[in-house]
Amino acid sequence: MSIQVQAIQHAFHGQTVLDDLNLTIEPNKIYGLLGRNGAGKSTLLNIISSRIFANSGSVTMDDQPMQDNDSTLGKLYLMSEVNLYSERSRIKQLFHTTALFYGDFDFAYAAKLADSFGLDTNARFGKLSTGYRTICKLIIALCVPADYIFLDEPVLGLDANHRELFYQELIETYSDNPRTFVISTHLIEEVANLIEHVFVLDEHRLTLDGDVSDILTQAYTITGPATDVIAYTQGLNVIGEDHLGGITAHYVYGSLNDDRPLPDTVTVEHLDLQKLFVNLTNTKKEAATHVN
Amino acid sequence: MQFNFNSTEPIYLQVADQIEEAIFTETFAEGEQIPSTTEISKEFHINPATVLKGMNILVDNQLIEKRRGVGMFVIASAQSRIVAKRRDQFYTDYVKKLVSEARKLHITQAELAQLIERGFSES
Repeated sequence: MSIQVQAIQHAFHGQTVLDDLNLTIEPNKIYGLLGRNGAGKSTLLNIISSRIFANSGSVTMDDQPMQDNDSTLGKLYLMSEVNLYSERSRIKQLFHTTALFYGDFDFAYAAKLADSFGLDTNARFGKLSTGYRTICKLIIALCVPADYIFLDEPVLGLDANHRELFYQELIETYSDNPRTFVISTHLIEEVANLIEHVFVLDEHRLTLDGDVSDILTQAYTITGPATDVIAYTQGLNVIGEDHLGGITAHYVYGSLNDDRPLPDTVTVEHLDLQKLFVNLTNTKKEAATHVN
Repeated sequence: MQFNFNSTEPIYLQVADQIEEAIFTETFAEGEQIPSTTEISKEFHINPATVLKGMNILVDNQLIEKRRGVGMFVIASAQSRIVAKRRDQFYTDYVKKLVSEARKLHITQAELAQLIERGFSES
């Protein structure tokens, strides 16, 4: 049972947001969906959950179309940035409403989470701060009986302690009851080791789609004197560079040329996910201001 | 246990190394249960599959074993085998590097021997 996104194309007011996008979301995996502001992350999640309809392309779950299909849509839950709840609803009413829609709800776990996060379930949704609105939506997302949980900006407005608590609870509930989570976030460092598979959206397309550890083994920083570094990385897929005094760093994504001797003056190290992301998605203008 | 997330070593290898180190220093004694995959995942925000991949290296190396339904335990001879392995590697891992650095600094063999004597007497 997996979700297939095929040839999705979408535009708002003539501006392309997603262009021929294909991806597969498998059961019981934690995914990271990364992209710059405006890259189309929320649009993609909204299309998969049938909240908006793509101009063309299809989303299917095991060959069944998901558009307006109750049986497949009931298997997924999207926690989005927008607040769709009535301002006057009390939190515990929201839990009950969700139970009505999804047929079930883990009330015991919701109570435990509300207690850990210090959320008063008698409060009205409209009275909550930004952080607590996020917490309330997160609790609902973790307690809903769906196989695919999409979390769009799950840590928006959360302080460091609450973010830490969220990551721990996510792992706990994932271990107890494996299901798929797709996390869209800008705090890459915080989720880099948590996610198993990463999607990177850039310029309306999917530029990275793979296992995080496989991707990182192919991401390198080559550092040393400029001439030696340039000679070594010639012909390789250099995605960015930094300069400091006479020292140059080239960021390479892809295999290195093993036949080429590595000069003593040059060191090769691996990049972390955030640095790889920044270099892959830098616009030409931003890359240029980096070089000084 | 701690992980250096800026290190160039993959996280699953760091998981294996850190647990091995804890067995070596007897933080996890032979025959004892080690923390579960979920506990390690939660503490360090590492994907459970990554932690499991690290643990499986130690299972393959026969340092820990899985007891179904209970958890992972340190195998009886694990610590002594880690000691034996590290003794084997001591020459390559430490002595060769020491001598090469000493050569670069023009420290003679006699001077190096003296420094080693000093190291032993001071610690």
